[in-house]
This record gives sequence, C-alpha cells and structure tokens, in this order.
Amino acid sequence: MATRIQFENNCEVGVFSKLTNAYCLVAIGGSESFYSVFEGELADVIPVVKTSIAGTRIIGRLCAGNKKGLLLPHNTTDQELQHLRNSLPDQVVVQRIEERLSALGNCIACNDHVALTHPDLDKETEEMIADVLGVEVFRQTIAGNILVGSYCAFSNRGGLVHPHTSIEDLDELSTLLQVPLVAGTVNRGSEVIAAGMTVNDWAAFCGSDTTATEMSVIESVFKLREAQPSSIVDEMRKSLIDSYV
Amino acid sequence: MAEDRGMFTVQQTVGSVLCCKCGVPMAPNAANMCVKCLRSEVDITEGLQKHVIILHCPECNCYLQPPKTWIKAELESKELLTFCVKRLKNMNRVRLVHAEFVWTEPHSKRIKVRLRVQKEVLNGAILEQAYVVEYVQQEHMCESCSRIQANPDQWVASVQLRQHVPHRRTFFYLEQLILKHDAAAHAIKIKQMDQGIDFFFANRSHGVKFVEFIGKVAPVRSRHDKQLVSHDPKSNNYNYKYTFSVEISPICREDLICLPPKVAVSLGNFGPLVICTKISNSIALLDPFTLRQCFLDADQYWRTSFKSLLTSRQLVEYIVLDVEMVSAEVNISGTKYALADAQVARVSDFGNNDRIFSIRTHLGHILSPGDYALGYDLFSANTNDMELDKHRGLILPDAILVRKSFEEKRQRKRGKARPWKLKTLNMEVDENRNRADEEKQNNEYEQFLRDLEENPDLRFNISLYRNKDYQPSEMASVTDGELPSIPLDELLADLDLSDEEMEPVA
Repeated sequence: MATRIQFENNCEVGVFSKLTNAYCLVAIGGSESFYSVFEGELADVIPVVKTSIAGTRIIGRLCAGNKKGLLLPHNTTDQELQHLRNSLPDQVVVQRIEERLSALGNCIACNDHVALTHPDLDKETEEMIADVLGVEVFRQTIAGNILVGSYCAFSNRGGLVHPHTSIEDLDELSTLLQVPLVAGTVNRGSEVIAAGMTVNDWAAFCGSDTTATEMSVIESVFKLREAQPSSIVDEMRKSLIDSYV
Repeated sequence: MAEDRGMFTVQQTVGSVLCCKCGVPMAPNAANMCVKCLRSEVDITEGLQKHVIILHCPECNCYLQPPKTWIKAELESKELLTFCVKRLKNMNRVRLVHAEFVWTEPHSKRIKVRLRVQKEVLNGAILEQAYVVEYVQQEHMCESCSRIQANPDQWVASVQLRQHVPHRRTFFYLEQLILKHDAAAHAIKIKQMDQGIDFFFANRSHGVKFVEFIGKVAPVRSRHDKQLVSHDPKSNNYNYKYTFSVEISPICREDLICLPPKVAVSLGNFGPLVICTKISNSIALLDPFTLRQCFLDADQYWRTSFKSLLTSRQLVEYIVLDVEMVSAEVNISGTKYALADAQVARVSDFGNNDRIFSIRTHLGHILSPGDYALGYDLFSANTNDMELDKHRGLILPDAILVRKSFEEKRQRKRGKARPWKLKTLNMEVDENRNRADEEKQNNEYEQFLRDLEENPDLRFNISLYRNKDYQPSEMASVTDGELPSIPLDELLADLDLSDEEMEPVA
C-alpha cells in the first residue's frame, strides 16, 4: 500500500526515514504524526525506531541497509550506535564504516540481494557492503548521475529510477538488479526519487505532493496492490518478470 | 567528443515517462509534466500588456512614439510591427520569439498582433506560449500637420536671391541648375520678384542647404536674420522666422569690365579692360589683348566690388573685313583663343560710309573675312564710369569683339521649332506685370536658348530633354550647315509617366 505523508510540512520523506523489510528508522520530528503513520502501518510486523545519526535528522540519506544489516557513517556517535544495536533485531548487523563519502544513503542503493554504489567508493567499503549486507555490489551511474542512492529506489519486487534514464540504461540496470524497473517521478515531477519516497516489499511512503498518476506507477511497479507482509518476508529470489497489471 | 577519439559509446534512446498530472506518456523534460498540464499550471503571459492605445495622425498616416517622434508606417508593414512591439512594456521578463499581424478590418481602428514568447519555469523547463495583443488606434493630428492646417502658407525660412542687373539671364540659368540638382525639392513656395526670386522653406536647415548650393554655383554674398514669431515662457521654446538675403554679383558672362586700379594691380597689372568669360562660384576674366586669364573668388570680388562697363545688351554687330593672325592658337583652360589683327566695320556703317576700325581681337581662330561678329563699340560709347578716369594714360580701343554672330542664319531659321526643350520651376509670378515686361522676358528667354545652343560648356550642367513635338523638315539639312545646334546624344528622354509609348533613351 502506498501512503502519502509529510515530515513537518516537507514532502521529502525519504530523507527523514529508512524503510527495510526487517526494521524502520524514523527521524525525531517536532510532531508525533510522522512517527504515528509509520507505527500505524508497520507496528505489528517490524520495529519502528526513532533515532538521529551524527546528531542530524537526515537519517534516510546518511545510512544504508537491508534486512541483513545496517551501515552507518563514521560520524555517528557512540550513543546512537548503541541505541540502534539495542533497538534493532539481533539478525541485523549494525556496522559503522570509515568512508570519505559519508552520505551512505546517497551513495548506496540496495535491496536484499543486489546493491548499486557510487563509482568512486573505496574498495574496503565495497567489501564491507558485500559482507555486512550480504549483497552483490555493482558500481553504476543512473542517467549520468553518480549519486545512485538518490536517483533510484528499489525493493525486491521492482524499482523506480530517474525519469531521464535512457532505455538502454534501463535494460542494463534491470538485468543487473533482476527486478522490473520503470522511469518515473515522485512528488509532482521531482526527479530525486529516493529522497521523495521510501519503500519495502509491501509498503511505500511518498511525499504528499505525489500525484495520482505517480502513485499508480509506484503501486504497479513495486507490486503493492495485492501485497501482504507475511508472504513477502520469506526470502525468495525471482528472475526477471514482466508484470501485467 | 568521445566518439571522435574512438571510444565506444552506447547509443542512448530517450525513454518515456508518464506525465505526473494527467498520466499521458511523454518524453521526460525538466518539469516532467506534459505541455498541456504545464500550460495549465503556469501562464507566462501574466503581467504582460494585452491592450494598448496608440495615436495615429490621419493626415500623414503616422503613429506617435512618445514623447515626440512620429513614425510613418502603412498597415501590416514591417515598420508598424517594430513600432507595435516597441510600445509593449515589461517585455524584458520574457523572450520574444515571433511576432505577426492578425488581419483586422482596415477601418476598424484595431490592430492585432500575435506574439510568441518563451520563459523559463519550474526548474529549467522553457515554455513557449502565443498570445494576441490588441492595439486601439486613436486619431490625433501631429504637430506639423496641425501647423500646416492652421496656416498653409506658413514658412520658417526664406531665401531671397537678388541680382541687381536689368536682365534675368542668370536666373534662367540658375533655374536649370536648380532643376538638375533638385535643390529646391523642399521649397514650399517659389515666388518671382523684381530682380530676383524668393524661395520659402518649412525648415531652417533646408534654407541653409539651399544657400550653400547657390554659393557653389554663383559668386554670392549673403547675410541672415531672424524674427521672433512666438515664445513659450514655460518651456523656453522660441519660434523664429529666418531670412537669408543672397546677392549675386552683377558681373555676367561676356560683360566688358574696367577693373579698378587696385584690383588690376593686385592681379599683377592685369590690363584694366577685361572680358568676363565664365561665371561659376568664381569669376573668370580674360584680357583680350594679352590673352591672360584670371580668376576672382567670391570673397575677393566682394571685398572690392566693381560693376561692368558695358553689358551684353549693348553688343553691336560688326562685319569682319580682314583677319591677320598675330600669334598661334593657344588653349586657355579648355577654350581656344588666337590673337589677330582685324579690320572690321559696323553693320550699320557698312554700305553707308567708309568707317573701318583696325582692332586687335582674341577671336582670330574662328573669324574669317565675311563673318559677322558681335562686339562692344567703344568708339561711340559714352562711358561715364569713374574707374576709367582713375586710370591715367589708358587708351581705349575702338572696338572689342566678343563672339561670332549667327544672326543672318537665324533669320532663315526663324519660327522653326527646336528639337530640344527645357523644364521650368513652378514659380508664382506677380500679377501686376504688364505686357511690355512680358515681351522683354520672352526675348531674354529666347536669347538664353540661343546662348545654350552656341556654348557647349554652358550646357554642361543642364539637363536638356527631347522635344516630342519637333518634326525635322527637309529644309533643315540645307540651312543647317554652319548653325550650331545641339547634338542629339546630349538630349535626355523626358520622363513621361503617362501611357504613351516612350521614345528610346538617348
């Protein structure tokens, strides 16, 4: 189900939250309504954790993770690290990495099987990603942009990329990621997909400026209409499928 | 480019996304909305003028560009389009791409222009939109038309051209020059006065230009004055009437002059008796006994002005009895002269008495015994010029021949039309002239035409037109042997804007 939401009157919800199949991180906001929407959707299935990273609220763009692990930038404080280790389930490995590019959420886009990274990432970081998150790592660009974490959002079932991506690029990425991809926009024509929405296998949260057309595209590519949480949490790797809506 | 250096690049095909508002598939753009949705969101013509009032003068078909310029333009012309676009304010916010007229009824007093503008909206997308501006035309007479309507004869500058001689030869010649150079194109009125012509202009600069033109073709001195007509004390505008008084020197071609002693000495002891050979903006003087030529500038003349002793009205006809060349033929600035001793007798004396004069003449190259010549009769002339008295020890010759005469031959040709004609300026003539004056003027005009025929250098500056009514008769070939006539190739075909067939151009 795709839900429209706002963080303190701002439509860029992907900046202030991080959603995976095993947990959800939410920024500490002025009002409780942001948190309560996530709670309402996800409370019985996965833990919703309020946190800050490096003292900031832009947690969605600073960390990267999936159901197996969570990567944090080097400027995360010890208390935050401890808080996260305590709040998240034990299967999730929380790791702080030393990387020059500290906005890991902008540099890494991942689901439970594959990750796309910024082409300039260190070799150690790449190994760390493969190790902690348990994914295959590919260095890629999207529509000529190196910040892959910002311009695409994908889950295990589908993905949405920058609208200017050419058809050849779309095919290549689709083959790498093994999920169907579509080029589209979010938040009334904004091209920064991952900042405007956050998604896992059964739920998606978009900014409230998102138009009905964009919502229908999101729901169809991420296959959210008939999705039930229980049937998705199991691990299953599927080959490329074209969906008929 | 990367491709040029041999790198392999994949061909990129642009994909399609759905418009975020209406869902129609489209190529991605900076706003990610289809054009219609974008247009419905943003109106780039907001704040631009759609309705403008312009002032139009019905008399001269001009449009007012404030504060003061009136621009002449036809309907649906380029100038009108430029003017209409210039009258729009706030056009610096958008970029104008295209402008064209939309047809409106000519008498509806509405002009419609369709403009296409471009502007950047929403993170980099450039939107282009067309809209129509309507101009309402209000009638308002421009200042010059209203001034002309109030008083059509009103002039601002007048040039009064005068020459204090009893004949009008100079003015006939000047008239032709003015016609050839179109110098009086801006004159609103031309009036013929006693001893001169008045030209009236609507603009001071036109008057000044005309005075300068006259200064180039005749030796003149001029002065100018102005008279206050009206005065606006609030904006300190003064309206004047300017008058230029131009006086042409009274020396004419073929006049006999006795130079005052000072002038003769300053020109290098130039013989005091001289003949004027050519008048342009300087006076050319020829000493007939020594064949020396001298030029006097307009300034030089007016500093020590002098009058002629005898004018061409006082020319007397002589018959040449004998010619003896004294010197060889010389060429002085284009004209040939030869000194000769001649025996001449006045035609009035010839056959009556035996009075024969032996004189020295400069026309030796064209005179032969039996020819008729015109000259000044100093033997019987009563000259009471004071300059003559100032010269001590000056011996006057009996006669000075000036040119050859074709009077006899002209008698035979009298009444036959000429193959060429001249144009005239349209002058206002004084109504109070009597018949005697008119006859005198006609005679002088006839004399002027004869002068033109005989002198090729006089024709140099004048346009002659072919006379369509002239029928060459068989008699002409017999008598035309020695009579100077104008060769046909000097004639211009007259510009005739009617439907008649034109003769081939000369």
